[in-house]
Amino acid sequence: MSTVIEIKNLIKRFGHKQVLKNLNFSVNQGEFVAILGPNGAGKTTLLRILSSLSKPNFGSITIGGYSLPDQAAAVRLKLGIVSHQPLLYGDLSAEENLLFYSRLYGMDHPQNRIYEILQLVGLEKRKKDMIRTYSRGMQQRLAIGRAILHDPEVLLLDEPHTGLDQDASNMLDQLLEQVATRGRTVVMTSHDLGRVANMASRFDILTKGKIQSSISVNDLPLHGLLEYYQSVLSLIDANAETKNGT
Amino acid sequence: MEHKTSFFKAIKAVIWKDLIAELRSKELVSGMLVFSLLVIFIFNFSLELSPSTRASVTAGVLWVTIIFAGTIGLNRSMAVEKDRGCLDGLLLAPVDRTAIYFGKSIANWIFMLIVAAIILPVYSILYNHNVISIGLVFVILLGSEGYVAIGTLLASMAVQARTRDILLPILLFPVVIPILIASVKASNGFLIGVAFNELTNWIYLLAAYDVIFTSVAFMVFDAVVEE
Amino acid sequence: MKSKPKWLKILDIITIISFALATLMVFFYAPLERVMGAVQKVFYFHVSAGWVGMLSFMIAAIAGIAYLIKKDSKWDLVGYSAVEIGIAFTMINVITGSIWARPIWNSWWTWDPRLTTATIMELVYFAYIMLRQGIDDPERRNRFSAVYAIVGFISVPLTFFSIRIFDRTIHPVVIGSGDANAIGSFDMTPLMLQTLLFSILVFSILFVDLMWHRIRLGQYSNEIEELKLRIQD
Repeated sequence: MSTVIEIKNLIKRFGHKQVLKNLNFSVNQGEFVAILGPNGAGKTTLLRILSSLSKPNFGSITIGGYSLPDQAAAVRLKLGIVSHQPLLYGDLSAEENLLFYSRLYGMDHPQNRIYEILQLVGLEKRKKDMIRTYSRGMQQRLAIGRAILHDPEVLLLDEPHTGLDQDASNMLDQLLEQVATRGRTVVMTSHDLGRVANMASRFDILTKGKIQSSISVNDLPLHGLLEYYQSVLSLIDANAETKNGT
Repeated sequence: MEHKTSFFKAIKAVIWKDLIAELRSKELVSGMLVFSLLVIFIFNFSLELSPSTRASVTAGVLWVTIIFAGTIGLNRSMAVEKDRGCLDGLLLAPVDRTAIYFGKSIANWIFMLIVAAIILPVYSILYNHNVISIGLVFVILLGSEGYVAIGTLLASMAVQARTRDILLPILLFPVVIPILIASVKASNGFLIGVAFNELTNWIYLLAAYDVIFTSVAFMVFDAVVEE
Repeated sequence: MKSKPKWLKILDIITIISFALATLMVFFYAPLERVMGAVQKVFYFHVSAGWVGMLSFMIAAIAGIAYLIKKDSKWDLVGYSAVEIGIAFTMINVITGSIWARPIWNSWWTWDPRLTTATIMELVYFAYIMLRQGIDDPERRNRFSAVYAIVGFISVPLTFFSIRIFDRTIHPVVIGSGDANAIGSFDMTPLMLQTLLFSILVFSILFVDLMWHRIRLGQYSNEIEELKLRIQD
């Protein structure tokens, strides 16, 4: 198996605060890695760095054989990103949004691909409506369509369930499992293990700016994983409380 | 292998996107227009624009109107990019950041020119005095280009700040004064009927400012969007 | 905490002594201007303060370029320090100008190109400060203020140029060719010129001294931030 994402000795600071401290991380082709961790652990920062939106202070990053930030344009072509915001224009229709992004990605004859995507995400009936009029769940589905429009090798998902109700979340999971993540290398962040437990093949726990442990589904049964994650979280809470207490 | 989408295709895509969105919502141009009309009316009452005073202040009134309305347009145009995280969407695409800058600037320029194209005849009708001339149109083209060039840059900074609602005019007005002065002076010349060739110096000056402001903005735009 | 470096102590003393010397020169060495009298004395520090203001903003723009290339926060500290000092000196420049203008031009304020430009310049850097205060993420704040320091510094001379070509200035041009319309112009005697040059030198030393102190202050506040974070961890 070949390595698709490789991060070595990554350091990211915001002002004086070190958010990621000497982080190492690698993902093999076809893996689905869930990055778990409490809020503020640096999950979004890590994903923003992977997606070339943010530059590290130190460390090397390669994605699909290209390094960041020097070969950002090549990396961007290989990446699809779904964040907790849909990255869509409210005043454009679904079709126009996809058309716009297809042009930005330099796709030559996007019409067929756009039609295909709209069918996949189940929005072809409403393709002429403005995104503003869509529900949050529909916007997020189209966001997934936007992310895989240019058929990227790697899919990065940053808490895609944020702001969705139960039904919409389930629908999103279905879409992710059956369409978006098939044949792709996936990295997804979440603070909720239950949400990603059935999808991911590996779980990395990120706390205090480092990957503390990396667990494959084959190593540990799911309930064991849940218990372990809970214990990690409660340990952090306990630490925080003693600190606040003093 | 070419990884980047061609520069001009990307610019075209951004302009197309802004124009389509505006055609749909009409928020930006209609907002700027209503605001412009209000400014003209406010000027009318606060300056008592009688025919004699009007001759000397028309250029000023028009430019103040354009510039005030412009800040509304610029703020709105960049706020749209920030709202649903679209700026990130643009940055994630394999395109030059400066293509995004030029796309947004040209779209903003078009919106300002649309507003000017409506304001000028309306002003002429309101005061029963034709202000439109080739010279004035030329000055508005040049003046608004420089304004939009620096305005788009500063608006992309302002929308990323906590104080985004008040920041743009404070940042923009003090640095855009040279363009305002040159535009007002040149417009005034054309309005009082000075021959075109006597005002060419002002036109050259405006063109020079446009080149300076556009190239500075072009060079530093990366730093405004790249983290 | 590091103690004050030896060279800074020496520079402080040089600054104080030379400033006292400059003041003495202005009042006792330079001759009294025969038409304007004592109020002309303000001229020496007026010009010097204006010079330091310009110098500061130029350094801020250069530091801005350096920051955008190197992305090193020490350049942001240099730029921010320079802007703060520049604002103070430009204000001194405008106020001393007003003190002089009241008896000579018969008005505290005229819409003269130099006055207007100096004041617009002051507004540009007030905007710079407001921009900084509006951004919480330090790295973004550094980038944006670098950009604005560059844009502002390019705009100021253009403003001056624009106002200058259509308005005849009444501001005296003491150095270089004078303007026939200027009010309050005078010919400098050698003693006056020496006093002026010395004042400019002293203000430049004062600028270096203040920059040094301000940057040290910035470094200390950075250290405090770091220590605070270490306590939290």
